[in-house]
Amino acid sequence: MELIKIEGTPKTPTVTMNPETGVIEIKGRSIPENSIEFYKPIVDWLDEYAGSPSAKTVVNMQLEYFNTSSSKCILDVFKKLEVLKKNQNDVIINWYYEEDDEDMLEAGEDYESIIKVPFKMIQIVD
Amino acid sequence: MSFFLDQCYEQMNQGEVIVAYKGYIGADIITNTLNLVENKLESSEISNSVRKKLYNLLVESLQNLYHHVDAPLDENDEDSSFGVFILSKMPEGYRISTGNFIHQDKTTMLKDKIDKINSLSPEELKDFYKFVLNNQKFSEKGGGGLGLIDMARKTSNTLDYHFFEYNKDYAFFNLNIFVNEK
Repeated sequence: MELIKIEGTPKTPTVTMNPETGVIEIKGRSIPENSIEFYKPIVDWLDEYAGSPSAKTVVNMQLEYFNTSSSKCILDVFKKLEVLKKNQNDVIINWYYEEDDEDMLEAGEDYESIIKVPFKMIQIVD
Repeated sequence: MSFFLDQCYEQMNQGEVIVAYKGYIGADIITNTLNLVENKLESSEISNSVRKKLYNLLVESLQNLYHHVDAPLDENDEDSSFGVFILSKMPEGYRISTGNFIHQDKTTMLKDKIDKINSLSPEELKDFYKFVLNNQKFSEKGGGGLGLIDMARKTSNTLDYHFFEYNKDYAFFNLNIFVNEK
């Protein structure tokens, strides 16, 4: 499996997905007009990864902003992780938020209540 | 047409204007407006949490405009993708006002949706958001129906709206959202 590295832009996040270490990182902004197009390779990669996952999968979500169109795609990504977890794999989602960003914390809690994968809410302190 | 639009614009224009735009709504305009507003907000004395909230709401408002402009005239007319966007400072916070044409046959559905959102408590709004997030398929335009719910949640205010009658086929839809400073 290939390592994925997508450089961030003002509208899309930096994405790193490492099949060896099982570390997946999505950082930055996710506000593209067409999110499905952006997230498709990420979801496809996870489909393939599910065939031979690392012993532990750690997902670091560190978003500054995301639009509602991305929120659906992020849910799709998490649903793939839920399948991984259901198949007895070790999966954790670290959800980062800035200390005064209640909206981002709430967004993480929304996902936590929908997706059956352990979440860890991590406050970023300047 | 332009007299009608000037009248709509006049009614939308309130408070101390930070950024106002009236004209063709395309992807480049949206991107440039977001950059401009972001720079303006960076240099203003606004708290980090309000600035982030405001920026997020601007993205949502502008992308809503971009996805939902309907053409009242023929496709070649430059007014056909016409929209209005105003960000202003109000005594108690900020106001984002957007306006676009919509087909008359969509007005009832839109009105019902906003009225429903406005009738919900914060807890109900959260549940409604999660329900739509988890159950609704993407629309062709990619919006997924979450935009208005998200706006109501993030502002903790009701969504203010008006429909200005343009002709028997089209109305001009004006949405106003308020972000409190504290």
